[in-house]
Amino acid sequence: MTMTISEAFARARQENRAALIPYITAGYPSLEHLESLVKALEAGGADLIEIGVPFSDPLADGPILQQAATEALARGVKVQQIFDRVKDLAVSVPLIFLTYVNPIYRRGIDRFITDSRRSGVQGLIVPDWPWNEMREAQETAQSQGVAMIPLVAPTSTDAHLKDIRNAAGFVYTVSVTGVTGARSQLNHGVGPLVERIRQHVHIPIAVGFGISTPEQARETGRVADGVIVGSALVRVIRDNRDDPSGSAESFVRAFRDALETK
Amino acid sequence: MAMMKSVPDARGRFGPFGGQYVPETLMPVLDSLTAAYREAKVDRTFHQEWMGLLKEYVGRPTALRQAFRLSEQLGFAVYLKREDLNHTGAHKINNTMGQVLLAKRMGKHRIIAETGAGQHGVATATAAALFGLHAEIYMGEEDVKRQALNVYRMKLMGAEVHTVHSGTRTLKDATNEAIRDWVTNVRDTFYVIGSVVGPHPYPMMVRDFQSIIGKEARRQFRQLTDGLPSHIVAPVGGGSNAMGIFYAFRNDPVSLVGIEAAGDGVDTGRHAATITKAERGILHGSLSYLLQDEDGQIQPAHSISAGLDYPGVGPEHAYFHDLGRARYESITDRQALLAFHQLAEWEGIIPALESAHAVAWVIQEREALQRLDAKVLINLSGRGDKDVDAVAAYEEGI
Repeated sequence: MTMTISEAFARARQENRAALIPYITAGYPSLEHLESLVKALEAGGADLIEIGVPFSDPLADGPILQQAATEALARGVKVQQIFDRVKDLAVSVPLIFLTYVNPIYRRGIDRFITDSRRSGVQGLIVPDWPWNEMREAQETAQSQGVAMIPLVAPTSTDAHLKDIRNAAGFVYTVSVTGVTGARSQLNHGVGPLVERIRQHVHIPIAVGFGISTPEQARETGRVADGVIVGSALVRVIRDNRDDPSGSAESFVRAFRDALETK
Repeated sequence: MAMMKSVPDARGRFGPFGGQYVPETLMPVLDSLTAAYREAKVDRTFHQEWMGLLKEYVGRPTALRQAFRLSEQLGFAVYLKREDLNHTGAHKINNTMGQVLLAKRMGKHRIIAETGAGQHGVATATAAALFGLHAEIYMGEEDVKRQALNVYRMKLMGAEVHTVHSGTRTLKDATNEAIRDWVTNVRDTFYVIGSVVGPHPYPMMVRDFQSIIGKEARRQFRQLTDGLPSHIVAPVGGGSNAMGIFYAFRNDPVSLVGIEAAGDGVDTGRHAATITKAERGILHGSLSYLLQDEDGQIQPAHSISAGLDYPGVGPEHAYFHDLGRARYESITDRQALLAFHQLAEWEGIIPALESAHAVAWVIQEREALQRLDAKVLINLSGRGDKDVDAVAAYEEGI
């Protein structure tokens, strides 16, 4: 039985730690790797898993995730194939899709959301689809039980925080102004930002962008309910082509261990 | 003829098109930009400063004159609006003067821009030099190669040029990189977008700055002929020169014709005829028409003209197309090249390859236009010096 998003966060909270949310790009290094990678992430201690549906022009992504998307598309990965593969995954932690607005719009907003639910995907993160432009999608998402994950940035206004107060799933907090990618320095302003968000919303708050070491994850986990790690994991997968799943599992386990020993 | 509705609405929509599809990080800055622009628009001082610059620095108004030998060859009257005579050689500077003035007013000291053919990059570097601001220009590797002259011009004026190696290495990817820079440096950076594309308020703001072309042309044409043209023809990549000349005529009984790049031909898969294909999609901040596959992946555009080599188009053009207020046709590389030569030989004017597409369509439609006893106004959006090397290379079969 697969946990819901709120159950996954609740379990982590009971264990007195932040939830761990790794990201991988579907089709990278190939679509055949998707199942073994997801299993590896789960085995390594992931609480939720983000799966990227590659887009040709990922303008919120840094070089590592751009390269992963470009390679996946060059191999001919199609959206329908990703839905089919994900549907067959036997996994107990919730799956979330991350993609851009055009692949959703092109498939048909309602159809994409319905297909997501049928494949067992519980939430959608769409970095170039602002909350106010998303209203037409909310009704379908609600009826299908798919959470449209709201994003909050360091520049976000209080008006935005009020707008998202009834959002489902969790809040994706972008820790820095910029694109995805490993950074050597954490933004220490993220603590106050998380506190600001907490005054408005009551769903869990996860933080992503630039978290690349277990130490950074531990530090972020002290203030947030969830820690998202993407580029650093995809880099490990890239650099260990002979054993992507094994290296991904030990990478994720190190993060999980760090979150447990805060 | 019914007056057209005033667009965009408060949410930046031109009918179903437009909007603001950008990361949340940028949403607050779009709000403050919209507010600052609305204030500037009704501020007499701002308007006077901008108009003063256009007159004394850019050299406006640009000439509008009948092309007599071309008219004689074709058998109907053809007029040219000479945007090629602007300082820096194209219409792009009308917009960059406005946006850089706005950047200064908002207290932003760092300017970034994307560029395809390099004309917008040059116009941005020019405006930044004039005001002592620092400009960084993103340009695809392909375009850096085919427009080497413009790269050098930008550097001469103190701009930094970043070569973009990702994706198709053209305007689309330069725009992605510029947006990534903007998301990162959002607090001190002003992004000068070069066409009527991007998230609201850019399509409206760029249209307003470029609409000086049509305002002048309408007045000049009436003085010259006592009437209005029957047709206005302009090339369309993103669509800023076309919207610039169309806008003042939108409520007049004038046929508005936008010419897209058919590249090797619209059925070859190597073209940039976005509106001709008319498939809706979302890229670079707005909903419009896009070249894309069945999954919504953006398809590479192709045109001999770097300025038309873009897989999207401004949302207001999509709106005009949807309403039937303008028609959009396409011209191949080969036809554009022929027109490039013909205008040079008949009128002593070397047009930009972009503008040559508009000239080529008028030549192609000569019989129909003759029957209508047409008075055709072509927007000659830029001069062709920048294209001479590319044309020579193409003709040598390289």
